Amino acid sequence: MTTLYEPWDETRGAGIIAEHAGQEGATLVILHALQEAFGHVPQAAIPMVAKALNLSRAEVHGVFTFYHDFRHKPAGRHVLKLCRAEACQAAGGDALAARAEARLGVSLGNTTADDRVTLEPIYCLGLCATAPSAMLDGRLVGRLDQKRLDALVAEAQR
Amino acid sequence: MSIRLYVSRDAGAVAVGADEVALALEQAAAKRGVAVEIVRTGSRGMYWLEPLVEVATPRGRIAFGPVTETDVPSLLDALVGNTPHLLRLGATDEIPWLKRQTRLTFARCGVIDPRSLDDYCAHGGYNGLARALSLGSDAILTEVSAAGLRGRGGAGFPTGIKWKTVAQAKADRKFIVCNADEGDSGTFADRMIMEGDPFLVIEGMTIAGITVGASKGYIYIRSEYPHAVEAMNAAIVAARRGGYLGTNIGGSKQAFDLEVRVGAGAYVCGEETSLLESLEGRRGIVRAKPPLPAHHGLFGKPTVINNVLSFAAIPFILAEGAKAYADFGMGRSRGTMPIQLAGNIRHGGLFETAFGVTLGELVDDIGGGTFTGRPVRAVQVGGPLGAYFPRSLFDTPFDYEAFAARDGLIGHGGIVVFDDSVDMRRQARFAMEFCAIESCGKCTPCRIGSTRGVETIEKIIKGERVSENLALVEDLCNTMKFGSLCALGGFTPYPVLSALKHFREDFAPIPTTLQAAE
Repeated sequence: MTTLYEPWDETRGAGIIAEHAGQEGATLVILHALQEAFGHVPQAAIPMVAKALNLSRAEVHGVFTFYHDFRHKPAGRHVLKLCRAEACQAAGGDALAARAEARLGVSLGNTTADDRVTLEPIYCLGLCATAPSAMLDGRLVGRLDQKRLDALVAEAQR
Repeated sequence: MSIRLYVSRDAGAVAVGADEVALALEQAAAKRGVAVEIVRTGSRGMYWLEPLVEVATPRGRIAFGPVTETDVPSLLDALVGNTPHLLRLGATDEIPWLKRQTRLTFARCGVIDPRSLDDYCAHGGYNGLARALSLGSDAILTEVSAAGLRGRGGAGFPTGIKWKTVAQAKADRKFIVCNADEGDSGTFADRMIMEGDPFLVIEGMTIAGITVGASKGYIYIRSEYPHAVEAMNAAIVAARRGGYLGTNIGGSKQAFDLEVRVGAGAYVCGEETSLLESLEGRRGIVRAKPPLPAHHGLFGKPTVINNVLSFAAIPFILAEGAKAYADFGMGRSRGTMPIQLAGNIRHGGLFETAFGVTLGELVDDIGGGTFTGRPVRAVQVGGPLGAYFPRSLFDTPFDYEAFAARDGLIGHGGIVVFDDSVDMRRQARFAMEFCAIESCGKCTPCRIGSTRGVETIEKIIKGERVSENLALVEDLCNTMKFGSLCALGGFTPYPVLSALKHFREDFAPIPTTLQAAE
């Protein structure tokens, strides 16, 4: 299932920020909420977060760029994450990652030219006893093999 | 009469089709007019048998697995007619893999409905809190210390001492923080217990709160675990409604409440000071210690920060007494450890057992060797920062000190098995690469050394000045080990140096004839 995100809207953004600004240490909570609504953390929101939390823009920018989860721009329509950590490597994950890259024509960490699929590495989904594993738009898949991977790729490309 | 079935809702089971199987069972039963009640539990931890379906009988639960959607019609026939089925495994509790475990922490996981507070209480839940409330702070501290519980996150620091330090600290506010940033590959025990028995974690944290005088706790869960986040949030709501969180917990005068916070994909936030920075809304940059979090933790206040499994061990210790826990184990490693068997393994899953079981028993006997059927060549114990052990070290008992004596660590109890197709140069390179990706940047040896490490190992792989570059890698590892504040930079040398030491043949210079052929 593909997720449709709202276009950036300052009033809506301000509402999201205000909703969480009262919590202690709210920066990550707010950045998560913004990304959930807009699919990324819009640049325009950074100074707004800073103002609401009485921080400098540099501080908020620093937090935003430190964490792998936060996006500068929305991902493709589907996000396929492949676990690249040791347990999945041990179970043949390297070859599957290479196969996914070849099938989609992009390397890990990139989005296909038609904006349909973002292929990303992830370091451990905690499914290490049913490795290798993947996640397509939040749906978990274990015991990945060539056949299952191809089906996932085809589903993502639809 | 309705048939009661149990199907796991654990992420590991869902990833191999448990939701589809549950739905198919429901639909097939409806079609035939058979009344079924499907309870979604946590996982029993036998992942090669997932999706596991259990049926309630007067003589206990009977297990079937691994069940696929196509097995559902025949399975339903067997259940209704009480006839044999190919996937029938017999009584769940009699499955040898489960029977030989000592499940103290995971006793309820896979058995109860993790969304039901009543189910939790009916299976001994909140007995620990009840006793803790009657004991009072000093006596609880004595129990926790006497149990010999050590931090299950990996560092192995005595939990009783940590709690006592916070209890004695004077402050207007104190905090309990649960480290659920389980980022180590090969580990999933935190995820399983949060999904399968979330009230246990809440109970453990609540006991910590009343012991040290903290009224607020945070559970910091990694964003890669959406199912665990959902399960913990649902359990917190239910515990509040049941009077186990909020004011007057368990009918006492004590107040304690919890909040889940979600990480954002930074591995280093599993390090406790980095986690505290992240909780405060900052970059997850590691803090220098001292001051210890026990004195100067979250928002500068005295803080108990423990791993999920440490908190999860507490209710048993309080309910059954310190001795019942400490009677298990060896040396200074008391009690049980939920060990996670992962990677290329035939019988992977959660195996909780007393300390002292050997690595060889775990991998060959319990784990059944590799899934691919090829010989086991290397196992990495303790996550990305743990050492690679060869078969010759399989007599090492699972014990904090025994692993340390062999330049390894048990960490969070994860064991990743590799077969003989593994190239240890690549694993050594990956250890450095992972450190480079995840370094918070505070310490130069970690921030820059990891990148230089990747480059140097790549030169070795290409056959460039191999012996000089090997010496360089060893020197670099020593610099990282002694020049980094936290375990990320400090322990990345473990996988690298162990690969060099135990699998030297992989790093040998490529013979010139082969070089020419390339």
